[in-house]
Amino acid sequence: MKVLAAMSGGVDSAVAAARAVAAGWDVTGVHLALSRQPATLRTGSRGCCSLEDSHDARRTADILGIPFYVWDFAERFQSDVIDNFVSEYEAGRTPNPCLRCNEQIKFSALLDRALALGFDAVATGHHARLTDGRLYRSVDAAKDQSYVLAVLTPEQLAHAVFPLGDSTKDQVRAEAAELGLAVASKPDSHDICFIADGDTQGFLARRLGERPGRIVDTDGAVLGEHAGTHHFTVGQRKGLNLTTPSATGQPRYVLSLQPKSNTVVVGSAADLEVSEVRCDRPVWIADPPVAPFDCQVQLRAHGMVSDARVHPSGGDLRAELRQSQRGVAAGQALVMYDGDRVLGSATIVSAGQPARPAVSTG
Amino acid sequence: MPYLDHAATTPMLAEVIDAVAASMRASSTGAVGNPSSVHTSGRQARRIIEESRERLAAALGARPSEVIFTSGGTEADNLAVKGIYLARRAADPARRKLLVSAVEHHAVLDSADWLVTHENAELVLLPVDPDGVVQPETLAAAIAEDPAAVALVSVMWANNEVGSIQPIHELAEIAHGYGIAFHTDAVQAVGTLGVSFADSGVDAMTVTAHKIGGPYGAGALLLGRGVDCVPVLHGGGQERDVRSGTLDTPGAVGFSLAAELAVSRRDELAARLAGLRDQLIAGVREIVPDVVLNGHPVHRLPGNAHLSFPGCEGDSLLMLLDARGIECSTGSACSAGVAQPSHVLLAMGADPRRARGALRLSLGHTSTEQDVRTLIEAIGPVVERARRAGAAANLVTTAGRGV
Repeated sequence: MKVLAAMSGGVDSAVAAARAVAAGWDVTGVHLALSRQPATLRTGSRGCCSLEDSHDARRTADILGIPFYVWDFAERFQSDVIDNFVSEYEAGRTPNPCLRCNEQIKFSALLDRALALGFDAVATGHHARLTDGRLYRSVDAAKDQSYVLAVLTPEQLAHAVFPLGDSTKDQVRAEAAELGLAVASKPDSHDICFIADGDTQGFLARRLGERPGRIVDTDGAVLGEHAGTHHFTVGQRKGLNLTTPSATGQPRYVLSLQPKSNTVVVGSAADLEVSEVRCDRPVWIADPPVAPFDCQVQLRAHGMVSDARVHPSGGDLRAELRQSQRGVAAGQALVMYDGDRVLGSATIVSAGQPARPAVSTG
Repeated sequence: MPYLDHAATTPMLAEVIDAVAASMRASSTGAVGNPSSVHTSGRQARRIIEESRERLAAALGARPSEVIFTSGGTEADNLAVKGIYLARRAADPARRKLLVSAVEHHAVLDSADWLVTHENAELVLLPVDPDGVVQPETLAAAIAEDPAAVALVSVMWANNEVGSIQPIHELAEIAHGYGIAFHTDAVQAVGTLGVSFADSGVDAMTVTAHKIGGPYGAGALLLGRGVDCVPVLHGGGQERDVRSGTLDTPGAVGFSLAAELAVSRRDELAARLAGLRDQLIAGVREIVPDVVLNGHPVHRLPGNAHLSFPGCEGDSLLMLLDARGIECSTGSACSAGVAQPSHVLLAMGADPRRARGALRLSLGHTSTEQDVRTLIEAIGPVVERARRAGAAANLVTTAGRGV
């Protein structure tokens, strides 16, 4: 089997490539250059695609004895991930760029190119298990990345290899050290790779500018002003700068963002609780269901898991949560699990209480 | 295993390896020391350096006193562009313009940019014609705008990417008509073209060893005797007080021998490579009829075939050929290893499609007819596959669904 190993320069993709080699596959390493002006050196756990990361990936490929190339995907990454990230915020939604990158870059642009060039699969260092076309959570619950892979179609998964799903991060690091890979102790990356300083608000403000609007309560009473809905995420408490205390004296949270009227709706923690989530763009890894079914749903990248009953209807679906959740944001993925197994995913459109109409964020 | 990247570096000549090794060994016995030392082994080293200088100068039509040894082409380019510019401007503050061709190597372009950023220089990029050539009228017109404001002109002898040869004599003459200094980067030219420092009329010329079968890390700036140049590297003042640093005796030995051999074999090699290159281009064109030859069709380096394959990504082609043991280049490497669209092709007016699908196939002294045949046999399926990958990359993604 000819495998293209996507090598970020981190320890996970390094060990994934090493395992692909150990499996006897014909492996070629590729580092994706995603930034037009990469930084020279990496700073801590933030950012990606610095020249240092490219160098680290290259040194791993040297040690594994595999060919290594750097491919420029900066343009695709800009249009499909970064621009999408900004426009989602602009539309009052909270996007997950890692998910978008898997969907549009690693398992679309890269995979398409790999297949056309004669490769059979793309291997990545994601923490998830893939067996017979079925996607499962990693054995390392803390590092599990099945959530950001659940958007992949069966066709995409048919050409994906995730060699790390049966291992914990500690095991991966130990293996890297045994193999003599210098990245064994490289810090984990988190935050958003293309916002190197970690300041998402500042990043969005530079792109979208100031767009002043009103902050209102659930009754429509104006409580204050804001500088743009992109500064807020559902469930956010800080940064509202409201001078009038709530009637109960309780803290107020962002309940929803309404880009059409440029309004931020706030309310109490109790108002934040939702037990019904409406979604569109479902992707099914399992056979698409025709009747309502019970499963577990995860509503953001880490945590927020609930038992639920899912009602599919055409291109949409509705999930009734058995345990209500706080801060469910439109634009995030709802991923459906049967135990550890991923059934599919869909994009959250709105969330609310079944008793009253869901607050639309469109 | 066809190696078709001689423009990047060419295999060292066996005679040169022997000479460099012998020179290194001589230092281990104590017979050869630091050429700046005044004792016996120092004098011996100095003698070897000076003999190497004389041999290099003779091979390149220069006087020994015009040879400034450097660590390679990049250092020589930096020294020429920064050093001559700064010296000229110091002598006449009105001269703050720098005229540089748009297709120069980054060693020249980035040195010029540095002068703009740090020395308030005014940079004029000389446009090239569609073949990548700076037309003499272009230079004349650029100078004529304000002749008294120009400090230095730098135009390479032959382009490292597309292989086009520049009309250096004419260009230098135009500059000299206004008393303006002229530098040329001749790194790619020595070995296959007739390069004489004296005959060319240029004030400064960059040359390097590893492109002609010599060792890495050895180069020189040929600098006319009357040409003032501010140092870039400061220290012991070893080379005419223009370049400091302990001289690399084995490197100088290897460089001068490589230059002698390259020049003595030049006509034969140039004729042989031109034949192979023409076979290569014709053979590829037969299989890929829409292939585009970049650079001047006639006035080009004998070993250079720079081809664009429409619909392909250069790095797909490179990887597929590499997997078949054929080594070449997309013609524009950078430190990250990311292929950026070539500034040379863009300056020639190539559209992005042609720039993306470019491949540089460069021949050298070890190239054989078999190398060319192997490439021609491989190119059909490689281009077909790269085209499919190129088409896949250009598909409009509909929410990224499907593979």
